[in-house]
Amino acid sequence: SSNEHKLNFKKSKETCLSYIQDALLQKQWKRAAEFLTCYIESLEKDYSREHIGPSEMIWRIGTEILWHHSQSSIKEFNCFMEQMKTLGVKRYLKVCLEHVFHLLCNGQIDEAYQNLSLAESWRFGEQTAIQDKEMKLIQAYRGLLDYCSWSKQKNILLEHGEDGFSDLAVEQEMHSYFRKAAVNLKEIIKIPGVWDIFVKCYVDLLEFYGDHNEAHQVLNEYAYNSKFPANPNAHVYLYQFLKRQGESKKSLISALKILHDIVPSHELMIDFNTMLQKSKKRKKRRLGLEVIFAALDYAGWKENAKAWSCLARQMKQIVISEKHLDWIKQEWNSRKDWWPAFHFSRYLAKRNWQENKSLSYEKALVAGILLGKDCKYFKYISHQGCKAQLKRFRMLKKFVNRHSPVYLRISG
Amino acid sequence: RDFNERCAQCSEVNWGLTDGGGFYCKSCHNVTERTREVVNTDFVANSRVQRISKGLKKQEKNDGSCEWYICEGFQLVLKKQVEALEALGVCPQMKDEILCNFWRCYLQKTKQAYCKRPAGETVKALSVCESSTDVDSDPERPSLLHLLSLSESEGDLQTDCSFASSLSKVSESTSVYSGSVDGSLYLMKSQKEKLRMTMPMTLSFCYMALLWVREPITLSELLRFVVEGHIPYFNIFQHFPEKMKLCGLDLKIFCVESWPVYEEVFNKMHELAAFLDLPRFPDITESCFLHPDMLCMKYLMEANLPDELHNWTCRVVKKIGIGEVDFLTLTPGNKSTRKVKYDVLAAAVIVVVLKLLFLLDDHYEWLLSEFAEERNKNNTEGSPYFEFKKWYEVVKHSMDVEQKKLDEEKAKYLWRCEKPLFYSVKNKSKVLKRRQMVVNLQNQFGKLSDSVQRAEKPNPSSFQLSWSEENTDGSCFHGHSLKGILQEKCGFLRAMNPDYWLCTVKLCNEKLCGHLAHYREAEFPQSYHFVLGLFSFLLRIQPSYIHDDVCMIEHKLFNKKLYTKLKYNTVLRK
Repeated sequence: SSNEHKLNFKKSKETCLSYIQDALLQKQWKRAAEFLTCYIESLEKDYSREHIGPSEMIWRIGTEILWHHSQSSIKEFNCFMEQMKTLGVKRYLKVCLEHVFHLLCNGQIDEAYQNLSLAESWRFGEQTAIQDKEMKLIQAYRGLLDYCSWSKQKNILLEHGEDGFSDLAVEQEMHSYFRKAAVNLKEIIKIPGVWDIFVKCYVDLLEFYGDHNEAHQVLNEYAYNSKFPANPNAHVYLYQFLKRQGESKKSLISALKILHDIVPSHELMIDFNTMLQKSKKRKKRRLGLEVIFAALDYAGWKENAKAWSCLARQMKQIVISEKHLDWIKQEWNSRKDWWPAFHFSRYLAKRNWQENKSLSYEKALVAGILLGKDCKYFKYISHQGCKAQLKRFRMLKKFVNRHSPVYLRISG
Repeated sequence: RDFNERCAQCSEVNWGLTDGGGFYCKSCHNVTERTREVVNTDFVANSRVQRISKGLKKQEKNDGSCEWYICEGFQLVLKKQVEALEALGVCPQMKDEILCNFWRCYLQKTKQAYCKRPAGETVKALSVCESSTDVDSDPERPSLLHLLSLSESEGDLQTDCSFASSLSKVSESTSVYSGSVDGSLYLMKSQKEKLRMTMPMTLSFCYMALLWVREPITLSELLRFVVEGHIPYFNIFQHFPEKMKLCGLDLKIFCVESWPVYEEVFNKMHELAAFLDLPRFPDITESCFLHPDMLCMKYLMEANLPDELHNWTCRVVKKIGIGEVDFLTLTPGNKSTRKVKYDVLAAAVIVVVLKLLFLLDDHYEWLLSEFAEERNKNNTEGSPYFEFKKWYEVVKHSMDVEQKKLDEEKAKYLWRCEKPLFYSVKNKSKVLKRRQMVVNLQNQFGKLSDSVQRAEKPNPSSFQLSWSEENTDGSCFHGHSLKGILQEKCGFLRAMNPDYWLCTVKLCNEKLCGHLAHYREAEFPQSYHFVLGLFSFLLRIQPSYIHDDVCMIEHKLFNKKLYTKLKYNTVLRK
């Protein structure tokens, strides 16, 4: 119970905000609206000292309520947003942008486009320069919508192409959308940031019109320019592009290198390892082993049969050649304390056997080499496999038995 | 009437008085230079007070506004407040005879009116702002920001700064500092004066008048009515006539955005009474509402406690003499007597009685309650034995509900009204636009709200908690009996409880540290804290003030024992 019997404007509004916050967190939209109604008079006392003033509070809270409240219509929402735009000139473009996002979420692409165009034409003295970043974003999103229109036209054209008709009007419209989109998308990706969707669309455009150099340049910048924040997707896009272009394995490998550094658990690590394994260069093969071991460190990969088969293949090859056993030793050194419990417990053996025989086959091979033929995982699987009279398990058993000294050399 | 000269124009002796205090000939309307000197020995009027007594017939300016002084504004406020009190049932004499005279006396004493040379008249009022160069070049003029800071009312820095900066750009000679004539002057000179009129002080005036007339409204009730909107206080400018334009510095004086504080209003009232050299107030006798016997009865009812406890409160009151006329009646300027907070005193008496009967040490009261519960099982006739535990549960539940309501009301409290305020004529359109937006948004979200917005304020009621004997669930304890905890000895009823614990062994010096004792929740039993909390909620006052009076009462009650103890201690040492 509150023992404070005093009350002033500021205190009552602070309390009001905390009630609103509670209501929002509990999704009680009606209650939130009730308290917001009482908070609104704060607008007449604008506390510019505070980090977030009443007008921004009301914008953000009101948006949440109107978006979720059952009785609120999109018309009301739009009307509210228009009012919010007039409230704070320093925030004008931000409000416009968020409004556009909501419209897009609601599927109102045309309205969103109109709003973007309107916002783009906004000028307000020095504010225009100050809000430059927001303006670029607005242009970028308009570019994005232009891209969508381009895409639509392109699809129409392709359909007509199949039918044998060529439609000049559609083609021209398509080109004009391309120009509009390209100009804006190009601008935004110059600024350091995370622009995955803009980059993808821009590259798509460039590729279609055959400007592969520019596309390559863009992707290189996006991935390698140190001013940009580290972004795994950038490398993924570059890799995918190079693959499409049929580039050499060498460049493909170099594209995935940094991805491995940033996200060792990325799904492309399988492709990476596969390429590296086959390489003639020793260093690359070594890296391949490192890559696949690193990926399997992650819980999400535990039951990835493909990954295990990559590791198994490479290890088998090493064991048979009897060269570079020290590679395995190096990789195993930091893992021997926890991989047994992590991957090769008896419980997992049972489960893997029940659920996925191929997985257990690959894992058993790895376990047999790393932990020897007496390890519980290998023993269980090979026993089960032989019991089931599956040929490959018999082969597996033979293989491990034959190469059991290897285990001693690895573990020793 | 006393002017017997002949008119220069028409030689008639037929004079009337202009608003400005000059004479004009009724026959030919010739205005003279002579002004009337009032022969009345009681008051010496000046032009200002003439306006006050006549009402607001003023020289109208072109834009429909008129000249008005700050004290006229406050006079209007007081008028509206006392009218509201009248509507609540207070006797009409309070307005015309009591409050009016208090106010006139105040004006006279502060030399704002009714005296030979009202202070400040010779000093040029800063109501006109000419070109910006004038403002800069005059070094004696206090800066506007300085004036704004002098007011106690809180504003926001940005509005003040923008107001100040907007003024420095004004090039026309318009009254932009304030709508009133002497707004800036008022703020400037008031720093030295302790009894400069403020909005909270209007409530002190009201309370003083209520006390004089001995109306059955306590200070805590008065303040509660203010907060609930039954007495004009917030947005008081709504009640000003159109002609009296409020803007600029006036807002600092008349616009309040915080709830009135009991202590502040109370202390100011006493200062005021002394300042006005008022005589001893009318006696507070046993039949008065403010007498502890009466108030205790009310609070016992409201706290859902047995009526039987009233005997005990009366006994305590009598024993320590706090029911005496001389103790209760206010004699302004008498520094030896402690200022009495009637509501707090009555609540404290009840707390002491509860301590006497139930001990409230977090053990004994529950023990007694168990006994009572046992007895109630077998006892089906007559009034039930009072069970502390049951009472606690019922009252706590209600209190929690009401407290939660109150907390929500505080969060939903609206400080502004439909009529917007302007700092200056310049930002009028901006303010109006804002107001329009506020109204629109309030409508939009109001429609999405839960409850039906109540259009009318609830009727003012004297009781915040009410309990009905008709409830069959046994949640009303008024008729319950104390027989379980009393025993008869020599024809007297005594409490079974033999012990008592003092809240404090030594009282502090109130003048030095503001309290008689220092209340910290953790240092006292939970039951005591609960009971203090109950009355704290009802009176809307900090528990520490009730605790002070409890300590005071205890020390009076156990005075002899404390004295003897001290003597005993000194003997031992020897």
